[in-house]
Amino acid sequence: MTIQEIQEEIVDEFSMFDDWMQRYEYMIELGKSLPIIEEKYKTDDNIIKGCQSKVWVHAEMNDEKIEFTADSDAIITKGIIAILIRAFSGQHPKDIIDANTDFVDEIGLKEHLSPTRANGLVSMIKQLKMYAIAYQTQLN
Amino acid sequence: MINVQKIREDFPILKRMVNGKPLVYFDNAATSQTPQIVIDAIVDYYSNYNANIHRGVHALSQEATDAYEQARKKIQKHFNAKHPYEIIFTSGTTHSINIVATGFTNLLQKDDEIIVSALEHHSNIVPWQMLCERTGAVLKVIPMTEEGELVMDVYDQLLSSKTKLVFVNHISNALGTINPIEEMIKKAHTVGAAVLIDAAQSGPHIKPDVQALDVDFYVASAHKLCGPTGVGMLYGKEEWLNKLPPYQGGGEMIEEVTFEKTTYAGLPHKFEAGTPNICGGIAFGVAIDYMNSIGFDDIAVYENELLEYGTKRLLEIEGLRIYGTSKHKTSVISFNLEGVHPYDVGTIVDKLGIAVRTGHHCAQPIMDFYQIPGTIRASFSFYNTKEEIDALVEAVKKAKMMLS
Repeated sequence: MTIQEIQEEIVDEFSMFDDWMQRYEYMIELGKSLPIIEEKYKTDDNIIKGCQSKVWVHAEMNDEKIEFTADSDAIITKGIIAILIRAFSGQHPKDIIDANTDFVDEIGLKEHLSPTRANGLVSMIKQLKMYAIAYQTQLN
Repeated sequence: MINVQKIREDFPILKRMVNGKPLVYFDNAATSQTPQIVIDAIVDYYSNYNANIHRGVHALSQEATDAYEQARKKIQKHFNAKHPYEIIFTSGTTHSINIVATGFTNLLQKDDEIIVSALEHHSNIVPWQMLCERTGAVLKVIPMTEEGELVMDVYDQLLSSKTKLVFVNHISNALGTINPIEEMIKKAHTVGAAVLIDAAQSGPHIKPDVQALDVDFYVASAHKLCGPTGVGMLYGKEEWLNKLPPYQGGGEMIEEVTFEKTTYAGLPHKFEAGTPNICGGIAFGVAIDYMNSIGFDDIAVYENELLEYGTKRLLEIEGLRIYGTSKHKTSVISFNLEGVHPYDVGTIVDKLGIAVRTGHHCAQPIMDFYQIPGTIRASFSFYNTKEEIDALVEAVKKAKMMLS
């Protein structure tokens, strides 16, 4: 599936819920399916700056596709990074660089997009794209 | 006696809804809400007598100058400073601290010592670290106990003839502990050290008497005292303010300027370069009048009631731990749920219309002491109610259910 298709699938899943509580509960649930980063990559260098909670992300490229793993010490943050990784993992670097991330707004996480928000959703998206840019450079 | 329902009418913001729920504002330690009378003063200034001060001969300029200087006198009276010119208008507590920290650059020598407390906000740590870097002075820290109190025995040991400055907050922003500043000032003076008290947190709870305290510098922000943001004050004893050099050069702070030499204006203008926050200063004065009309004694009694009630209710939740359990504290409750990140709790509680602060509260050393990433901090003001505390307790219970 393309990033776009995965995002639409996620938006569909979230549209089943009427209120924020159910959405958050589902997000917490999704956090449990996050591909967890290996302990050896849980270093200070891999922490995303600008988050109130700690978020570690690691990326590897196989056959021109990037696989992300991550973890966080906060449950909601873990859910958010799980959603992003679900959309981006297994994709070509160029597609990740070009991806539009408006779907975050559509699933009712708009408040997390504000730059004043300390959870750093914006920083997470930026970091995932930075990995993609780095791997894209290797391919060129 | 506080009539809280009547007081709430003074604050238009308290009527608004957040995420479909009535706003419960428990982030008063970050900034207080603004009563209509202060909002009216701001509108009145810009509608009727907006002008630059201290320089025009025209009527508007004189009206604005009078109102601004009147505000200075209100602040002087409130803090019981000896002279109005011992009150310097600043942009806030951080600015006030930086005026003093920068001013001491030429008054310190290598190996002189500066004492700060482990309970400080970053704004009362970093400027002193920078001062130490400039001068070679050494920063010493008074440690804290598990209850969130300063270890006074260590303070006694740290004080010596090398001590030139002592900085401590009147009340800890992260934990609410009221520090024994009277005793600390007296002891610092026995070794000839100057004392700066950061009153950012105490301003809304305690009416101080700077002369009785015999404090050398006392700093506060208007926005925690029902005033606007971007304005604050520095109280300094006249002799100290005369010793410190100006912080910024510019208009207003000079007596005479030629290209060969400039002589500085006297107090308070020496520290007030440029066009100040005129409207903010005037509104600060109105805010102080408002708080005094409610009465600080009544405020203290009522807020203490909220603190006791909030502490009791929150502790009913299993696995909830309160940080900062001193007997001497203001209406701040910093807490965590066992095994749950404070950020998660804050996010859920916000969804229920309740504003609390989460994180390290710009006091990382305190969080390091407890080995936690942060806390959830609920800080109550005289316009809060027990019903709002009940709403917080229900919200935290809901968060606990969702997150564990």
